[in-house]
Amino acid sequence: MDLEFGEKYEDFRSEVRSFLKEHKPDFGKNAGLSRDRRGPLIDWLTKQLEHGYWGRTIPSEYGGFGAQPDLLETVIMDEEFNRANVTRGFPAQGPSMLVPTLLEYGTEEQKKAWIGRTMRGETLWCQGYSEPGAGSDLASLQTAATEDGDDFIINGQKIWTSTADRADMCFLLVRTEPDAPKHKGISYVLVPMDTAGIEVQPLRTMSGKLGENSFNQVFFTDVRVPKTNVVAGRGLGWTVANTTLKHERNSLNANPEGTLFKVRDLMQRETINGVAAMESPVYRDRLMKLQGRVLTMKTHGMRMLTCSLKGESPGVAGLVSKLQNCQINFDLATLALDVLGELGVLYDHTKYERARAYWQTHSMFSLGLIIGGGTAQIQKNIISERGLGMPREPKPAQGK
Amino acid sequence: MDFGLSDDQKLLEETARGFLADKVSIDRIRALREAEVWNDRDIWKELGALGLTGILVPEEYGGSGLPLLEAALVAQAMGFAAAPTPFLTSAIMAPVALRTVGGDAVAPWLSGLATGDLQFGVAVTELWSVREEAGVRLAGGKLTGKSMMAWDAMGADFILVALSADTFAVVRGDASGLVRERLLTIDATRCSAELVFEGVEAEAIFEGSQEAITRMMEAGRIALAADSLGACESMVGQAVAYAMERKQFNRVIGSFQAVKHMCAEMIADLEPARSLLWYAAHSFDTLPAEAPLMALHVLAHVSEIGHEIASVSTQVHGGTGWTDEQNLHFWFKRLGVARHQLAGPEWLREQAAIVQGLAA
Repeated sequence: MDLEFGEKYEDFRSEVRSFLKEHKPDFGKNAGLSRDRRGPLIDWLTKQLEHGYWGRTIPSEYGGFGAQPDLLETVIMDEEFNRANVTRGFPAQGPSMLVPTLLEYGTEEQKKAWIGRTMRGETLWCQGYSEPGAGSDLASLQTAATEDGDDFIINGQKIWTSTADRADMCFLLVRTEPDAPKHKGISYVLVPMDTAGIEVQPLRTMSGKLGENSFNQVFFTDVRVPKTNVVAGRGLGWTVANTTLKHERNSLNANPEGTLFKVRDLMQRETINGVAAMESPVYRDRLMKLQGRVLTMKTHGMRMLTCSLKGESPGVAGLVSKLQNCQINFDLATLALDVLGELGVLYDHTKYERARAYWQTHSMFSLGLIIGGGTAQIQKNIISERGLGMPREPKPAQGK
Repeated sequence: MDFGLSDDQKLLEETARGFLADKVSIDRIRALREAEVWNDRDIWKELGALGLTGILVPEEYGGSGLPLLEAALVAQAMGFAAAPTPFLTSAIMAPVALRTVGGDAVAPWLSGLATGDLQFGVAVTELWSVREEAGVRLAGGKLTGKSMMAWDAMGADFILVALSADTFAVVRGDASGLVRERLLTIDATRCSAELVFEGVEAEAIFEGSQEAITRMMEAGRIALAADSLGACESMVGQAVAYAMERKQFNRVIGSFQAVKHMCAEMIADLEPARSLLWYAAHSFDTLPAEAPLMALHVLAHVSEIGHEIASVSTQVHGGTGWTDEQNLHFWFKRLGVARHQLAGPEWLREQAAIVQGLAA
């Protein structure tokens, strides 16, 4: 047991702190992800890239900083950016999902073409995986790509496509080999969003106008893409996609301690019948129960980090964090909403609304995260089958 | 940065588990239940020879003077085996209180605990819960009153009795004027007693010992959480093994998602709690500012998941789990007693709020 980072890393922490103190960005109200408002974000990402706080381990020939991978440095950067309340990087799926995938499977040409632009925010990506008929059973996806000379012609529909309305590119799963077994007939293809035949329709979610989320449905009608846009090779899309899903699961894993502190502060501030909510033994017990769970997952994160540092497999212990953290986040929002009581249901700038209905948004958003990136039930299948070695559900007799 | 067990710690854990697997068979537990004896001296002497009874006793008294994390791993092994030993009282709580006060008076006790020659009971329940007008007070230098749920006190050579948050006494188990009466609990693997004092002369009284009592309770609660976590581990393991073997509708029941998901939920509670336990135990020796809060939270949290795991693992066994023959209930009952042994989860959480200044 040694919970210290050591001198070398504490020096690195000081460097990050002074960088943030000097360069902390102020985006103002007009910055955003759409092409015409993306300028300030691109400047900020470029500055982070130059100093090595973004794209740190990406080779410099692809536009990164070129440092050796060092997990503790990543942890320190995450901690310090969080502490300064500055987003490290970029709120879209290119850097977190596409870039690692290209680094592993892309051709030299694809890496040179996309990685640098993506890291600088010049190219914004969306992920075209789920379909109305292919959710948990993603491999049954039906969006078809048929051959036509040097091109594929794509027809089909995708759903849950975050930022598709503003994205420049899409990394898309399509069925290229209709006669192969379902896992072997999929390809991973890069598609410009301005190609003729792509229509994006916003998908209004349960949180309505509460949040700034922007899920979409994307319709593909005779969309023509060159075959050279396939990553890794035809029929290998499932393998490639599993790599990206692994990156997504890691990124949905944040520890909810910050949220716990927000609920604590809320309970000290809000009064009911002239008495602070914290004075209520019932609410207080719920807060303390949640604190126990939060501390559990915080210490578990330290254990998982240690396993990664040592290159040891955590076994089944490594499969449970998404399930637990997402549920804790939802339960924290539930407590906050219960404390707010009748005022907690107000929204859209209504009189007496609290914090722009933050806790309603957080509640609905965290419910979405329980489902997204592999539902809680899929997580439990993974835990029991891969972690505990329990048998898979027998397959029903299949007709064709 | 290294948050995990060292090779030495893993070896210690294996040694303790191996020894207990060898010595504490289910037949032995059953025999103890039928005979209504308590705290087997033979096992205790052997644990002493292995250096485990003196794991927290400082080296100058013949112990190993190891940190609490090591002792917690042994406590976890005790729970895993449902071992009928006074490890919690005689290897954790009494040594921590005695070594904290120090001085000549405690030396023979600490030495006797280190060799496994002595067993200590602990009477502390009234620190957080006074029932049936219990309480022990000093009158004319002698002890009067009663203490309930005094753990491992029946066959003990000495008993540590808390008189208040800052005073405790050590009395002989066979002291004149002390009547010990066994209070049977549901758990055959642990032993509780009522102590009635009528003018009992103490061997020693330690006043102004708030720190010793506080540290004893912190160590006791962390070790009890470890014991319960060990019991949880055993129950989850038994449930998964049963689900892989029992067939209904021509398939092993472990292939049904309803059953698989019960197992996944248990392991999703169990594994992170192990991390919390390591941190809490580590904080006891190295992060004194965090230890009071961690000791409260780790026991409250493990008590909650322990209740769930005890219930769900029994349900995975179906009707079989409800029989005496299946053995699972020994762990179920050990967890049931542990939930209230050193205060229940509601009390612990209220204290957690108090130590953070969130409640008065």
